Amino acid sequence: MSLVEQGGEMARRSILQTLRQPAMVIPPILFPLTLMAINVGGLDAATMLPGFPADSYLDFAIAFPFIQGSLFASINAGTSLARDVETGFIKRLALTPMQRSALLIGNLAGVMVVALIAAAIYLAVGFAAGLHVEAGVGGVLVMLVLAMLIALAFAAVGAFVGLQTGSGEAVQGVFPLFFVFLFLSSSSLPRNLIEQDWFRTIATYNPVSYLFEGLRAPILFGWDGEALALGFGIAAAIAVIATIAASRALRTRLVH
Amino acid sequence: MRRFTDVASAVAWRSTRRFLQNPQLLLPILIFPLFFFTAFAGGLSNIGNVPGFDFPSGYTAFQFVFVLLQASAFGGVFTGFGIATDFENGFARRLMLAAPNRLGILFGYALAALIRALIVGTLLFAVALATGMKVTGDGVDLFGLIVLAVLVNLTASFWAAGIAMRFRTIQAGPLMQMPVFIVLFLAPVYVPLALLGGWVHAVARVNPFTPLIEGGRDLISGGTVDAGLIYGISIALALAFGVWAIRGLRSAERAG
Repeated sequence: MSLVEQGGEMARRSILQTLRQPAMVIPPILFPLTLMAINVGGLDAATMLPGFPADSYLDFAIAFPFIQGSLFASINAGTSLARDVETGFIKRLALTPMQRSALLIGNLAGVMVVALIAAAIYLAVGFAAGLHVEAGVGGVLVMLVLAMLIALAFAAVGAFVGLQTGSGEAVQGVFPLFFVFLFLSSSSLPRNLIEQDWFRTIATYNPVSYLFEGLRAPILFGWDGEALALGFGIAAAIAVIATIAASRALRTRLVH
Repeated sequence: MRRFTDVASAVAWRSTRRFLQNPQLLLPILIFPLFFFTAFAGGLSNIGNVPGFDFPSGYTAFQFVFVLLQASAFGGVFTGFGIATDFENGFARRLMLAAPNRLGILFGYALAALIRALIVGTLLFAVALATGMKVTGDGVDLFGLIVLAVLVNLTASFWAAGIAMRFRTIQAGPLMQMPVFIVLFLAPVYVPLALLGGWVHAVARVNPFTPLIEGGRDLISGGTVDAGLIYGISIALALAFGVWAIRGLRSAERAG
């Protein structure tokens, strides 16, 4: 069996594992959409601020469910790998000829498929509610690719935590930390409209701000090269670093 | 009566000690309200400059009232988690066998929730005042705000206790938490009611939490308060959910 086939089998297992548990599918899709719907009504008045880049808060807020959905994907990836450690599945796998990278590739691929489904639903709901994408169809495709890359990056972080700690509870414990990164960013207002200096400084150093801005760029500004480059660059950097770290954690798990 | 107070104080003492001695229970309850306060009051303060936003005490005080009432409500919900856990590990059943007055159990848990909310509320007040929150209401107004927070805490405690005693499993946690979360956020959280947009405005107009949050904001800013309305609603809610919780207790008794 080639690495691709082995990865495919692991991806199939990961997707089935997720789809068979409604608690792992419904909240990651429904909760971000609910929060977005509430914020669109609650913060619609923000569009009256001078310099706000959109006429509708929906155009600005649609990026939020993508990032929050990726966050849930990371928790799912981490919890599922931690469960594999806890139940001894990884140890049994080590006795087979399967390459260790197949487990990680399969798990991450599975998470990305679920993230793609979620992204399609977010966009469908957005368009039904009147979302306007300045960059057109091409912009939507770029958004989807960036959303997948962000999901991969966050899932790899979750996988690293899950493999490193081998505890689902520890993965859940990291969740609030991720939430801090999410909220202390330009998630609710553009950075130039954040009034408090200290908050704007944190948001500027917080890489999550650039993920939001990359996702928003095709909607609000069309083809904004700088925002897209930063979004893709930061997502790719997190994905590469976290995948290497997860791979090392897996190697350690298989040796001990 | 003596038997009621003995049971209530013993249950309240045990729950409070468990909460104070367990960092996993203590930290989220202390940190989350502070985090929400930071994220909302810090990150969204520019919303206070939207045309039509006219709140004399400033955006920090405007958000403080929401976060205080939210923390009070979640103090009650977290007590529901504790009750469910006690049922799962068998402690609650032994307690019901031993207690000479079972209503004391319910009120003991509610008292523990109140102590928890008072600790969080004190911390929130201290942080908000230290970071420059303007309070233009007088001492009587502030006392009125504290009474309002206590009634919100009591209502949420009874709601969560009713669920916990009917389902007797921690898996009912989302059922305790999500409705409270949705009711809280479908109110004027970020802006006054008049500035809310779309369907959120329509829902917020009939949401019973809206007069409470608006009344709380009037109290902190020393504005005109319709005391009959806000305390009438909050007392009626506390009584209604008190009945709901007592019926939950009876359901647990029947289940054995």
